[in-house]
Amino acid sequence: MMTGSDDAIDALAGLPADSGLRALRPEARAYAQKSYEALFLRPARDMMPLDERLAIACFVAGLHQDAPAIEHYGALLLDSPAASLSAAIAAAASAGATTGPYGAFPPGPLSVEDMSGPHYAADAAALGPRLAAAFKHAHLLVFHPRDAGRTAIEDLVAAGWSSTEIVTLSQLISFLTFQIRTAGGLRLLAATK
Amino acid sequence: MTEPAMAETVLLDHDVEEPNVFTQDMLGWEGWLPPLEEGDLTERHWEALVQKRRSKMPYFMLLARDPDILEYRTRTDMDIFHNPDSGLPRAERELAAAATSRLNGCIYCASVHARFAAQYSKRFDEVQRLLDEGVGARIDPRWDAIIDASVALSETPSRFGPEHVAALRATGMDDPAIADAINAIAFFNWANRLMLSLGLATKGNTA
Repeated sequence: MMTGSDDAIDALAGLPADSGLRALRPEARAYAQKSYEALFLRPARDMMPLDERLAIACFVAGLHQDAPAIEHYGALLLDSPAASLSAAIAAAASAGATTGPYGAFPPGPLSVEDMSGPHYAADAAALGPRLAAAFKHAHLLVFHPRDAGRTAIEDLVAAGWSSTEIVTLSQLISFLTFQIRTAGGLRLLAATK
Repeated sequence: MTEPAMAETVLLDHDVEEPNVFTQDMLGWEGWLPPLEEGDLTERHWEALVQKRRSKMPYFMLLARDPDILEYRTRTDMDIFHNPDSGLPRAERELAAAATSRLNGCIYCASVHARFAAQYSKRFDEVQRLLDEGVGARIDPRWDAIIDASVALSETPSRFGPEHVAALRATGMDDPAIADAINAIAFFNWANRLMLSLGLATKGNTA
């Protein structure tokens, strides 16, 4: 991704550093980059471990079937202590592939719009219990966030995730759904004349 | 780790009535995990909340457990929706947020941004049709193009294609306006997932 820009969304979108597409929203651009750096390059001390962050990012990129994001986070993973998980993560993303959003509404008039879909369970033998629980949560948030509820948080707690780590995990997964869409949308806009 | 998870993590119970229709009424929100309390906040937390009044809101006080990402996310949000410098009019940025929330199923987010869309456009009834009928509602060519783009870009994998860009351009939107729509849609994919997974919407105004 040699675009001449150090900005992650520019890189994922293939935009040059001087592209005008983001020039009118400089704070949105700068702080999206700061989110990216805080989540994946320089997390605060004593927070969720970096190798778990990168493993989950690779899984989320894979679920989106977004080639630039798969390549970008794959490269960060290979440079981390979690590099050996690369094949298991790719297999997990293939196993989890589907289309969303689906899920159930709170019972009532909207129930006629409920759409069923897969409820994914990750391979705890390959990934370990903490990461397997995080992947299950990532699949839920990416594809059927309206099925999320108290039980999903209970499952994370049971796998050893603390309250603060669950906040970071939720931000991380949700940020990626933003970053991948922003980059994908801008990539398409730049290419469509 | 910041805390021994098994020992200290206690989920909250909420004996509340959850809304089960999309509405422009004011709703509340309660988290499944304990928010920080004002007495816990350091200077860094106050800075990360950006607006002091957010210390009264359980959603932001839960997100304050990770202050860096809270602050950066808030500042991204504000520039996407509040920066008045050209691009897409505020009403239509809010429409994109409401349509995205309608598709993903976030009743809370949809209520807030439907209200803003109606307030800035003065089109309460048309916004209500989006909430009542869903993203298949047909309003007018420009709003339809924004709703359709919101759906396509929010699906996973994305279905956003050249036909969506062409439909937006055909309604007079230039590249900065379309970039604003992309930003608003993408940002609400972030917001919807936090709101839907970390807690639940409630009737009443406590978020």
